[in-house]
Amino acid sequence: MPQGIYCNRQTINTPDEVNKLLSDTSGNNYYQEMKDLDVDRDLLWKTIEKTCKSRMRTWLEICAHCGMCADSCFLYEVNGRVPEQVPAYKIQSTLGEIIKKKGNVDNAFMRRAMKVAWAECTCCNRCGMYCPHGIDTGIMFGYLRGLLYQQGFVPWELKIGAGMHRAYRAQMDVTDEDFVETFEWMVEEYEDDFPGLTVPVDVEGADIMYTVNAREVKHYPEDLAEAAILFHLAGENWTVPSKGWEQTSLAMFAGDWAACKMQVESVYDAMERLKPRRMVGTECGHAHRATVIEGPYWAGRKNGLSPAPAIHYVEWLAEALNTGKLKVDPEKRIKEPVTLQDSCNYIRNHGLKKATRDIMSHIVAPGYFIEMAPNKEHNYCCGGGGGFNGIGKFRKERNIALIKKRDQIIDTGAKLVIAPCHNCWDAIRDLEEEYEIGIRWSFLKPLLIEMLIIPDHFKPEE
Amino acid sequence: MHDFLTGPLFWIALFVCLVGSLTRFVLYFKGLSWQLDRVAYTTYPQAGAKGAFRSIYKWLIPFGTRGWQTQPFITLGFFGFHLGVILVPLFLTGHALFMESKVGFHFFTLSVGLGDFLSWTAVVAGTFLLIRRLVLPEVRILTTWNDIFILLISIAPFVTGLLARYQVGDYGFWLNMHILSGEVVLLAIPFTKLSHVFLFFASRAQLGMDYGIKRGGMKGTKMAW
Repeated sequence: MPQGIYCNRQTINTPDEVNKLLSDTSGNNYYQEMKDLDVDRDLLWKTIEKTCKSRMRTWLEICAHCGMCADSCFLYEVNGRVPEQVPAYKIQSTLGEIIKKKGNVDNAFMRRAMKVAWAECTCCNRCGMYCPHGIDTGIMFGYLRGLLYQQGFVPWELKIGAGMHRAYRAQMDVTDEDFVETFEWMVEEYEDDFPGLTVPVDVEGADIMYTVNAREVKHYPEDLAEAAILFHLAGENWTVPSKGWEQTSLAMFAGDWAACKMQVESVYDAMERLKPRRMVGTECGHAHRATVIEGPYWAGRKNGLSPAPAIHYVEWLAEALNTGKLKVDPEKRIKEPVTLQDSCNYIRNHGLKKATRDIMSHIVAPGYFIEMAPNKEHNYCCGGGGGFNGIGKFRKERNIALIKKRDQIIDTGAKLVIAPCHNCWDAIRDLEEEYEIGIRWSFLKPLLIEMLIIPDHFKPEE
Repeated sequence: MHDFLTGPLFWIALFVCLVGSLTRFVLYFKGLSWQLDRVAYTTYPQAGAKGAFRSIYKWLIPFGTRGWQTQPFITLGFFGFHLGVILVPLFLTGHALFMESKVGFHFFTLSVGLGDFLSWTAVVAGTFLLIRRLVLPEVRILTTWNDIFILLISIAPFVTGLLARYQVGDYGFWLNMHILSGEVVLLAIPFTKLSHVFLFFASRAQLGMDYGIKRGGMKGTKMAW
């Protein structure tokens, strides 16, 4: 059977189609059908000929097979150092083989490639820094995911996730109305504590246009209130767009490049419409990667920049603390051993390590901040990056992947882990659930709100 | 035989090596695409050049990068081998004399002792790399016959050269074998994994530009990537 009812090469474009796929509990039928899904070899090879150019071809060709990438890969380390987990092997035996065979591969090959692409690589890009030839296997896996997605060999949740972006311009079924209503409702909840607190929607020419992760709207709405409170206390002239507010991109994890473009263009349209001085995104790693780092290229912007300058939440927060817009009460600083998770997507892949260290210097009393080893650009993935967290089929593999972060955290002796990234936050929550090492974990916003000096004019009247 | 090896075949090998390498080097950069690679190469030439330069030179220094630092044994093996295979062909006194006779000039020359030392280093380090390939599971799984073949043809000029140098058996025979094996390497450079001789610089430059422009360089990070 070539194309299944659930598992096929078609993209998911409407709420109805999303619901249909969601109705297949855990993707049981989906994966069953995948076993019979045929491979459109012509399409595969044509796509490769069109898109696999000198950079990647050269990477595959000059790989010296030296194995120096092995030790750089946390999945190699936590999976008993089996040679099948060496990054070079993983990519050569998948993308390398497809190219060698000019796309002439079968169903079983594609299903194995799917497992390797989503359960044996989180696209953390760490190995690229350890290769003498500068071969970035994470980038190649991103590319391979695109090929697999095009052929229908993609984990169920990510097919749905990409479909959500196509249907809702959000990673979940959150509509624009849901977003605005939830934000307004959450702000109302805190109005009594912070008189004058509002959520300015669609204000043109604001200093900051704030974008979020749809999960916050659906599952963690207090995060929206916290963002509003912090902007309010910092005296920022900010706004949220009623359309184009979603910064994340499960489509990027899925390799659905067309959906990536649609999603990021919705944010760029909001920038063009509202003309903010700059955009600030929430505490999310891949959202920043998608909208700020990769997005401009998907949208065909040759200068690699979004229409308005865009920064990560940690950059804004570091600036607000460094310039005194927000002031921390020294008495309320963290006075227990605390460590920090460096998100691959904006630390290794966007160089923001100084911003997070600046923040730590403001919010942690001297002597209590303990770095993980290794850290900054060399830090390991949380264990759940690149979509790994959300894939039920690979949950067992994901739980093994958490071991590296677990051990890194245990080695610091800290009981509190600050994770300014949704994916990292989830992974750290899950590792506590799975391995019970007695830690707490937090985003920055809730910690900040507890320790800021609130000027009198911001306080409610007695 | 000797005349053929040092005459026509030498010129053919040199020509194929240089023209082939240059062509591939140019084609590499022509094949880069800002949209497919998602790097704004031409918009930020300065940031790109800085990133590319840092990415190349740090990796050329032994223990210059974290990658080299964390794996000291292979670092010593790599640099030992590469020092030999680069310095000896270009700067050995015998090679300088040959070059003088062919093109009328030569580079500086290595002392006899240093030449011997570097040649032996290349052979020993090359053998170490070969053994490592066969012994370590994480390298063995990647190893193909092609990898072994490439390593052997790279060591061959040194083995034959040393046999000729110490006049083991028939000097003339080993000398011819030495020249032939050297020419085999020249011919192989543009078409095999030996293309890393020049594509190393291209590939490192690309990643350096990627990070230098897009992934942190313009945020002040000074990584070697």
